[in-house]
Amino acid sequence: MKLTDSFASGKFVVTSEVGPPKGTDTSEMLGNAELLKPRVDAVNVTDQQSSVMRLGSLVSSVLLKQRGVEPIYQVTCRDRNRIALQSDLLSAWAAGIENVLCLTGDYVSLGDFPQAKPVFDLDSVSLLVSAMKLNNGLDLADNKLQGVPDFCLGAVVTPAADPLEPQLVKMEKKVRAGASFIQTQGIFDAERFAAFVNQAKDFGVPIIAGIILLKSAGMARFMNENVAGVHVPDPLIQAMAKAEDRVQKSIEIAARLINEVKDLCQGVHIMPIGWERHVPAVLDAAGL
Amino acid sequence: MLVSERKSMEEIKSFLVGESKVFLLGCDGCAAASGTGGEQDILELKQQLEKEGIQVVGSKVIEFLCQKALVRRGLKPYASALRQADSILVSTCGIGVQATATVVDMPVHPACNTISLGGIRGEWQGEERCLECGQCYLDITGGICPLTACTKQLVNGPCGGAKDGRCEFEPDARPCGWQLIYERLKSLDRLDVLRQAPSLLKDYAQMQPPKRIRSTSKWAVDIETKEEIATT
Repeated sequence: MKLTDSFASGKFVVTSEVGPPKGTDTSEMLGNAELLKPRVDAVNVTDQQSSVMRLGSLVSSVLLKQRGVEPIYQVTCRDRNRIALQSDLLSAWAAGIENVLCLTGDYVSLGDFPQAKPVFDLDSVSLLVSAMKLNNGLDLADNKLQGVPDFCLGAVVTPAADPLEPQLVKMEKKVRAGASFIQTQGIFDAERFAAFVNQAKDFGVPIIAGIILLKSAGMARFMNENVAGVHVPDPLIQAMAKAEDRVQKSIEIAARLINEVKDLCQGVHIMPIGWERHVPAVLDAAGL
Repeated sequence: MLVSERKSMEEIKSFLVGESKVFLLGCDGCAAASGTGGEQDILELKQQLEKEGIQVVGSKVIEFLCQKALVRRGLKPYASALRQADSILVSTCGIGVQATATVVDMPVHPACNTISLGGIRGEWQGEERCLECGQCYLDITGGICPLTACTKQLVNGPCGGAKDGRCEFEPDARPCGWQLIYERLKSLDRLDVLRQAPSLLKDYAQMQPPKRIRSTSKWAVDIETKEEIATT
C-alpha cells in the first residue's frame, strides 16, 4: 500500500524503521519488523546507514514485504550511479515495493570504507526526477520502458538546520521533482518544528515528523556533537541523566513530543535505534 | 592553460533576464588563447549583445583573471561603469569567474564553459578551483563552484550533513560549499535564481576531453611544433 493512500484516508500516519544487518542473518531485523507491524503504516529500510556496509535495503525491503510489513525502501546516491539506481528502482517495483525514500546519502568518510570512491552521480533531487520519469514510462535518457512502475516517492528535510532557508530551497526542489511525502530528521524542539512547518506548509505535501528515542544523556550529547541537524535541548539531557528508569523517561519524552507536534503535521516517524521493542509503549503513551 | 568556449547566446541571455546593463570582462591569458576573452573576442561579444538589445556599459580585458590582485587593480578605474551595471559578464574559465565573484559585490555571470583537458591545470594561487566540467553553473551559484566547493559535488542544493556551516567530511578544514553559495546568493539578493532553477542533471560525458580539442595546440603545444619540424 502506498503511503499517499494512508494520508488520503485522513489518518495520522505512523512509520518507523529497521536497519539491515552486517551479514546475512536477518532474524533480528525481521523480528523487529514483525514487532512494529501491528502498530505502524510502514517501515523504512535504511540504505547502508552512516555509510556502513550492510545487507542491502532492496532485498531487505522485499523480505519485509513478503512478511506483510509495508516497506519504505530507502535509496541513497552515494554508492550507485544513474544506471544502477534506475535499475534498482525497476527491480524494486518488479518485487512489489511501492514506497521509495530518495536521499543523497552520507559521505563515505563516515562509515567503515572511507577509502571508497564516492559516487553522487545523482543527488536526492535528480534521483526523484529520475524515479518520477520511470513512473511516467521513461528512463532518464527518455527511452521507453516496457512495463512502468508507479512509486509513491518521499524525501527528507532537516527542520533544525541552521540556517533553515537552504534546506527549504532544496525541499521545494524535491517537491517539484515529485516527492509526495516528507520525513524529517529527528526533532526535539516543538517550537522550532512549528516554525519550520509554517514555512514549509505552502509546498503542499504531508510532513512526517522524525522522533528519535533517546537512550541516555550520553547518546543525546553524542548526537549534539556529531549528528548534523539534530539538537537535543539541555533540559531533556538533564531529564535523561537524572532518570531512574531511562526507558520510561525516554518513552515519556517521545510521547510528549508527539503530542506537541501532532496537530502541526500529518504523521510521525519513530527512529528507535535499537529500541524497537519499546515503540509500542511510545505509541500507547502518545495515544496513537 | 585552461580552455574555455563561449556559451550560446541563448544561455547567456537567460542569465541576463531582468537586467538591462552589463559590464564585460575578458582575460588576456588562456581565454585570449582560447578565443573567448581577448580584446577582439570581447569586442565581438559586445556587438552580439547590443544586437540582442543588451546595453554594455563598459568592458575591460585584464591579464590573468585568475589573479585576484590583478582583477581588483584592473577594475578600479571602472568603478562608475560598474555602479551603473546590473552585473558583470565574464568571458573566461571557471576560475576567472569565481575570482571575479569574490572581489566584487554584484552578480557575476559566466559567458563560457571550461572544456576538459583531461587533467592538465593552469597555475593559480587563489582558492578557486575549476573541474573543467564543460557545463558552467556559476551563474546560479553566485560565482562559487558547487563541484569543487561541495565534497559530494551536489548541484541542486545542500545535503543534510553540514553542521555549523562545516562539511561532514573534515569539518575542521572544510566549510560547507552550499553554505558559502547560500550566503553569497543571499547577500546578492539572488536566492530566487537558485530556487527557480530547474533540477540539474550533470552530464559527466562533458568531463572527458572532447575529440575536437585533441588534435589542436590547445591540447598540446608540441602538436604544432612537430608539424612545423616535419614541414621544414
